[in-house]
This record gives sequence, C-alpha cells and structure tokens, in this order.
Amino acid sequence: MSAVQEALPAVRGSRDATVRRFALTDAIFHAVTRAAAILVLVLLGGVAISLFAGSWQALSTFGFSFVTSESWNPVTEKFGALAPIYGTIITSAIAILIAVPLGIGIAIFLTELCPRPLRRPIGMAVELLAGIPSIIYGIWGLFVLAPFLQTTVQPFIISVFHGIPGLNSLFAGPPYGIGLLTSAMILAIMVLPFITSITKDVFDTVPPVLKESAYGIGCTTWEVTRRVVIPYTRIGIMGGVMLGLGRALGETMAVTFVIGNAHRISTSLFAPATTISATIANEFTEAVGDLYTSSLVALGLILFVITFLILAIARYMLMRIDARTGA
Amino acid sequence: MSTAASLHQSRKRRNGVMMTLCVAAAGIGLVWLALILGALLYKGLSGVSLSVFTEMTPPPGDAGGLLNAIYGSIVMTIIGIIVGTPIGVLAGTYMAEYGRFSKLTTVVRFINDILLSAPSIIIGLFVYELMVRPMGHFSAIAGAVALAILVIPVVVRTTEDMLNLVPNALREAGTAIGAPRWVVIRSVAYRAALSGIVTGILLAIARISGETAPLLFTALNNQFWSSNLNAPMASLPVTIFQFALSPYEEWQQLAWTGALIITLTVLALSIFARSLTGRREDK
Repeated sequence: MSAVQEALPAVRGSRDATVRRFALTDAIFHAVTRAAAILVLVLLGGVAISLFAGSWQALSTFGFSFVTSESWNPVTEKFGALAPIYGTIITSAIAILIAVPLGIGIAIFLTELCPRPLRRPIGMAVELLAGIPSIIYGIWGLFVLAPFLQTTVQPFIISVFHGIPGLNSLFAGPPYGIGLLTSAMILAIMVLPFITSITKDVFDTVPPVLKESAYGIGCTTWEVTRRVVIPYTRIGIMGGVMLGLGRALGETMAVTFVIGNAHRISTSLFAPATTISATIANEFTEAVGDLYTSSLVALGLILFVITFLILAIARYMLMRIDARTGA
Repeated sequence: MSTAASLHQSRKRRNGVMMTLCVAAAGIGLVWLALILGALLYKGLSGVSLSVFTEMTPPPGDAGGLLNAIYGSIVMTIIGIIVGTPIGVLAGTYMAEYGRFSKLTTVVRFINDILLSAPSIIIGLFVYELMVRPMGHFSAIAGAVALAILVIPVVVRTTEDMLNLVPNALREAGTAIGAPRWVVIRSVAYRAALSGIVTGILLAIARISGETAPLLFTALNNQFWSSNLNAPMASLPVTIFQFALSPYEEWQQLAWTGALIITLTVLALSIFARSLTGRREDK
C-alpha cells in the first residue's frame, strides 16, 4: 500500500531516519486528534463562560429576584424570569406526561407485537419523525393544530369542566388555540421519537432467556413486559425519558410558534404563555439596551444549567445500561 | 377451579386490553406523522413553481420566490460542514484509536453526548457573544460557525462508533507489516469505516439544514440577494419563521413551500444515510 511505497526508498537509505520520521508524524497526528477531542470540552466550557459573562449585568442588577420576579417590562427595565421558567417547566412536564406512555406503548408494540416485516419500516418512520426540523412542527402547530383546538376541542373541554371547581380554572377560556397546552402537545410529538427509539433499544437488551422463562411459567405478554422487561430496563427507560425532557426544555422554534409569547403566569392551560427559549427567540434581535440583552442571555444561562443537569443525569443512566450489557 | 379459571380469564383480558393500547399508541404515532406530512404536502405543493427557485423573497403582499434564502442556507450549511467535519472526525479518531481507554475519552464522550442534545438556541447565544458582539454586526460567517458547532457532536459520535466497529485484526495486520499508527488509521481504519463516517456527515447535514434557532441572531436574515459572508444572510428556516408569522397570504404560502422543501431534503438525506449503513445491519 501507499505507506509501504513511501517507505521503500527510505528503508534503503537509513532505517533509523524512517523510524524517526514515522514516530514524528505519528506524534503529530496523535496531538492533532487529541486537540480536536479537547476542543469539544473547550466548546462546552466556552458556552458556559460566555453565557455567564453575558448575563453578569442582569444577574448583578437583579440578584436572586431575577428568578423569583414575574415582571418583564422592557420600558422600565425590570426583568424577572419566573414566567418563562414556569412556562418551560409546565409545557415540558405535560409533554412528557403525554409522550412517555405513548412511547413505551409503541416500543412494546415494536418489540412484542409487530409482525416482523413491518418492524423495520415502522421503526424507521419513528426515527424519521425525529429528524423533521422543529420549525416544521411549529408551522403545522400554528396553522393546523391550533385552529383545530380553538374551534373544536377547547370549547368542548371548557363547557364540560365549566362547573367543576379546580378543573374550571385549569381549563378556563377563552379558547385562543395557542398557549400552554398546544405547545405541550407539539413538544410531545417532538420528543416521542426519542423516547420510543431509546426505549426500544433498551428493551432489546433484555436477555431472551429471561423473557422465555417467564413465558415458560405461563405469563401473558403484558405480564412479561410489566414484571420482567420494564423492571430490567428501568434505568434505561428513565434515561430515555430524561433525554426527551432535556429536548423538550430546550426546544425553541416549535414552541415559539404556538406559545403566544405572553409574560404572565396563568392557571389556565389554554392561556398564552412563554418559555425561556421562545422569549429569547422572539425578543433577542429586538432588544434595545444592554440590560435587556443581558437579561435574555441570563435566561439562556438558566436554560443551559437546567438542560445540562437533566442531560447529564440522562447520560449517566444510559451509561449504566451500556455498562451492564457490555459486561 | 372456578377461581383459577376466572383468574385466567381476567389475566387474559388485562393482557388483551394492554396490548390493544400498545397498538393504539403505535397507531397514534403513525397517524400524527401522516397528518403532518399530509398537511405539508397539501399546503406546500400548491405553491411549488419555478419562480420559487428563481425569484428573490418578495416584499409584503407581492409574489416572489425563495432563491436568496435557499442560496443562503446552502452556503452556510456547506461552510458549517467544512469547518465542523474535520474537527469531529479527528476528535472521533482520538476517542476510538489513540485514546480508546484513556480517561479523556470518557469525559469527552460524556460532554459530547450533552452537546448533542443541548438546545440549539444556546449555541446561537454563544456565537452571538463570541462573534457578533465583538464584530459589531450580524454575519453569515457567524451563522456558519453556529452550524459548525452543531455538526461537531454528531460527527464525533458516529465516527467513534464506526471506528470502534472496525475489527482489531485489521489494525494488527497493518501494524505487522510495519506501518505506523497514523498510516494504519488512515489507510485501514478510515477505509473500513468510511460508509459509517459518511453517514454521520449526512445526518449532520440533515440536522443543520433545518436549524432555525442558532441562525436567528447570528446570520439574522436578509430580504435581498447577498453573497457577502460578512453581512447578514437569508436562510430558508429563518425566512419560513418570519413569513409564517406574518399576516400576508403570499408570505404564508411561501413559508409552507419552504417547509416542504426543507422536509423533503432532510428526509431524503436521512433515508440515504440510513441506506448506507442499513445493509450491514441486515447482514
């Protein structure tokens, strides 16, 4: 091969020189690849440092009240992050509540029920769903889902829960179509593929002999799934859920379309609200004044810290599953 | 006996109910996918015409195309790939070859996986602080750097995974004929893992070609034709965002058409990428 051809004349000359040259080029290549690997660490460090530096002005001006204050007023330059934080957490939590049962259901369907020839196409369709850019979900949510919810679903729910205390404030009108619940539904569709494909992957790690012995003593498919498969893969499923949660928390474009961008905390799930990422996307280029910009970067920092923690926990859990199957 | 029989019946019934629910879950997932693609095709196709690819984005209330946005997306995607891919491949090479058992690799893998799913808007903010603020203006090159940062984790991950699949016997054979480590990596490991690494790059293209959030305040947007990398540049996703939220019907129609173009591109790339490695999985 080319390396040998390169080496031939040199071998005739001096073997030592060749060995030295090889050692040098190898050391260079080693150093270059190592530098690239370290660059990945530097990137994440750089993100953290730049966000911290950019948000310093806002954090030092408002202190701890930045995360406890609800007011967001560019005119008087009073900024508090409580409403976006609330919106982010509520939409993501509802999205996970919708997506987890669906995702686990689909994973069970794919591993236990689906006819073999259909497995690959359906599994692939689910993964394609994951590849669709979030702006597509956003435009679909705004023009298709929101009008549908506004004209049919929401008026129905509002009228049903009208007289029930508690529920009537949770589902209070008027039906805007856009708002917390619509955003949560879009997020649920978006994280569904992640949760499904990870759950399916960890289901596949269950040793067949465990399942077979359960079937052997007469268990039904559901009992095998509930008593053997799910307990065995619990950590992996949790990891997948956390990964989906991390995605939902940071998802920007899809939510920006349908959240309504209203800086207030409302008990109704039908009310327009805002999330951290939607606030940044909507207001960053229009922010006048350093304090306004800095407050938006501070929102970014909060989002970064939350998602970093969630994703770190998710990866830790998935690594434990990997370690077990590797052993 | 009757209690045993009724227990058996209730267990069977419960199994039936749960399995029906699982089928229903799969049905809901597929119907949702069909609804989205259906709406996209229905609304997007009606606006597809030659002028979409030959005319500039119009002023409000006027007919026009998406040429400058498509051009901007292609330019920034290409630069992002050119910058991000070598870094990603080299880092993946270190993790799978030189440092397979080192502590650094474990840490980098962990951090890389976090970067892989980190919110892309955060990357946008980072590049804003890193490039836009010091330069004093928005620019296409800042947008391309933001995209490159999104490319890196995808390529690192696939490169490492694919190099790890290369049998060690191949490397040992290379070393046995006297080739130094880097020649073995270049001529043996890369060659064996080529289709996998290319898959990673294609998936990275698919990922960044639809990204909007990191471009919002790096490349910004541009109503006009611009090939100046040091100036704001239009991109398809940002144009869709702007047009979809506008009250003008022509703009909304162009947004749908743009959305269809992006989705078809991304789906085609993903399917092509999977078909490259799919053959190996099937055995």
